[in-house]
Formats: sequence, C-alpha cells, structure tokens
Amino acid sequence: MINILSIVISVLLVILAFLAVSSKTLSKSIVYLSALSMLSVLGFVVMKAPDVAVTEAVIGSGLVTALFVFTLLSSRKVVK
Amino acid sequence: MKKVLSLLVVLALGFGIINSLNQNSSFPKFGEADVSDRVSDRYINKNVTEENEEVIFGEDGYETGSSNFVTSIVANYRSFDTLGEVTVLFISAFGVALLFSKDSKRVSLNFKPNFMLRVGSRALFGLIIMTGIYISVHGHLTPGGGFPGGTMIASSILLLYLSNDSFRTKIKGFKLLEGFMGSLYVLIGVAGIYVTGYFLENFLDTGVVGDLFSAGIIPIVYVIIGLKVGSEIASIIDNFLTEEVS
Amino acid sequence: MIQYASIILIMLGLYGLLTNRNVIKIIISLNVFEIGLNLFIISVGYVDGGLAPILTGNSTSVLSFVDPLPHALVLTSIVIGVGTTALGLAFAKKIYAKYGTYEIDEMGVE
Repeated sequence: MINILSIVISVLLVILAFLAVSSKTLSKSIVYLSALSMLSVLGFVVMKAPDVAVTEAVIGSGLVTALFVFTLLSSRKVVK
Repeated sequence: MKKVLSLLVVLALGFGIINSLNQNSSFPKFGEADVSDRVSDRYINKNVTEENEEVIFGEDGYETGSSNFVTSIVANYRSFDTLGEVTVLFISAFGVALLFSKDSKRVSLNFKPNFMLRVGSRALFGLIIMTGIYISVHGHLTPGGGFPGGTMIASSILLLYLSNDSFRTKIKGFKLLEGFMGSLYVLIGVAGIYVTGYFLENFLDTGVVGDLFSAGIIPIVYVIIGLKVGSEIASIIDNFLTEEVS
Repeated sequence: MIQYASIILIMLGLYGLLTNRNVIKIIISLNVFEIGLNLFIISVGYVDGGLAPILTGNSTSVLSFVDPLPHALVLTSIVIGVGTTALGLAFAKKIYAKYGTYEIDEMGVE
C-alpha cells in the first residue's frame, strides 16, 4: 500500500517539476510550483516527518505562492 | 545547442550522484537506516550528558521534558543554530525593507472586495490567528512549533490585506515587536550563562513528559520564535504590497 | 523510490537554472531544487516501520523511531528558503521597475 503510494507520489513529483520548470507562461509555472510543494507535503507525511510537513504546507505552498503572485501583480500594470 | 549541452551536464551530475551513493557502503539504503548507530539515538533517549536507558511518557526528571524529539533538538540541544537561523531571516527581511524603502503607496488590487469577502475574512482572521498561537504554544507536544505558527499569524494578516483595499499594518509596532523578541531570545541565553554556566542551557525544571507546563525553556523559546517569525514575515508582505509614488 | 525522485528533482532544478533566461523562472527553478534537496535529506533518516518522532501515551523510547535530526535540519532549511526567495523576488521587482522586463537578454537594449 505504502509502496504504491510512494511510486505514485514520485511520478507526480517528477511530472509537476518538469511542468514548473518548462512551461511558457509565468502564472502557470507558479501554480505548478505550488502544486509541487503541496505534493512534497504528502511525501514528507509518507516518510513520517509531521513537523516538516506542517511547516512546508504553511510556508511552501501558501506564503511563497503569495509572494510570487504579488510580484506579478505589481509588474503587470506597466505592460497595460 | 545550449539545451543539449546543459542536459548532458545535468545527466552526468545525476549519474555521478546515484553511482557514488550506490558504491558507498556506509550510506544506508532507503528505509534501512540504523538510528542506534547515529548521534540521534542520544537525542531520542535524552542522554547527551546523563545516562538514561529509556524515556517513558508521563515520567519526570529527564534532560529535556519535551515529548516531541524534533522540538527538543531545535529549541534545546541545537538552539544556537536556531538563533543563527532567526538572524538570517532578520537579515533577509531587512534587505527587503531596504530595497523598498522609497515606496510608500499601497498596490491597489484590481477587484473590489464585496460584502461576503470582507465579513468572511474578518471571521476567518480570528480562527487562523488562534490556530497559529495554539501551534506555537504546543510546539513541545504536537507537530508544528514556532516556525509554522508564526507563519500562520503572518498569513492571517495577509488575509486582512486582501479583504481591505486600504489596510496597512503599523510597521513601527512590528519592528518594535521583532527587535524586542530577538533581544529576549539572547537574554534567555545569557541567563543560562549566569545560572548554569552555558549559553542557552535549559535552566528551568523540565517537568513531566507530556504536560503543557513542562520542558523548561522550550515553550518560552518557541513562542518567542513564533512571534519574531510572524512579525518579520508580516513586514515582508507589507513591503511587497507597496509601490513607488509616481 | 522517493529518493530517486528527489535526485531527479535536483537535476530538473539545475537544468532550469542553466537554460531559463527569465528572472522569475530562475527563482522557480531554485525552489524546485530546494524541494528536491529537502526530500532527499528527509529520506536519509527514514526507517521502515518506524514511528513518527513523537512520544505519545504509554510509549517508551525503546520503540523504533525515525531519525529526528534530519527533520530539525530541514525545518531550518525551509524557513531560510522563504527568506532567500523573498529577497530574490524583491530584486526581481526592482529590476522590472528599472528595465520593464524580466528577460535577461532584453535588459539594457533600447
């Protein structure tokens, strides 16, 4: 059971990392990075690290995404 | 051409890492690590300076009374590392504030917050800030601790920024809280020198493993870390939401 | 299995750092690199059938726990990661205010 779960998590991690690094638009890339961070939380839980999982869930997929979005928010206005 | 070259470099690196780890006999295979062979065994049995065979939940008289081993490493055995880490975070927040020092007008959101968003975020603000404080206070019993708790406090303030178009925190107050908490952390370390002779030594009674009031200075240090991290990240968020007055 | 995936994540992050010419994409690649590194450090301390490193009711430390030292190190690394990411994004914002673009090749060209 745990083995199948870890294989699924590993495959999805690699796919999401490839999409985050190689997608053309910045906003898509940021969303893929957030999903990758959320999936790594699942990986931490499988490896019995609840402290790291809580921290990564709050910081990695919540706050860092917000900072990226704020950066895009302030830059888009000059283009218009 | 450049992509092919960098792909070759990356593949060589990955092959090198996997090959050298497979050749190394002292590196354990995945899932076969031997904890009793490592220094962590002493952290788990709480016997770095004294001799314990085993630690039982609900007993007293151990080196650190924290039932969460990760917390006992972060806030007690390796507390000096954590002091350095908090300093790194302070320097990065200071750098962000320095880069945006001329900006003073708030970035306007391109939507108008409606009634539901305003009321709902104000109700959620209380819940999220209470969860953050709960996680910081119970860092020695449950997973979590000062770092995620402080970040939750900062994200509740982020919610206020999103719900109100003209909301700005009082930056002076956050700077004051942050500096006060940082110096309090160092003062606790210096108090350790006076009482026991070592910097950041746990000089209070460690109590019963599993009680709320246990583990000596660990909950105090973790609450201090939570407030400091929360105020630092809140000031980073405020700096990101400002722009230059044109 | 997760160990191999984390090494592939490190490789993908390095590939992104080498090939991308956009400031934001470079910071995203750095974050991917960091997630891979954190997963790898945690996987070094994993024990098959081990418990999460928290003492709960009526349990003793004789039971087999997962190694808690990598968890403490990764906890530090994540929080420092958000600091460096925030500083990098602040620089990116300043670069945009000066040149009006995120692409490195277009900077300084009128």
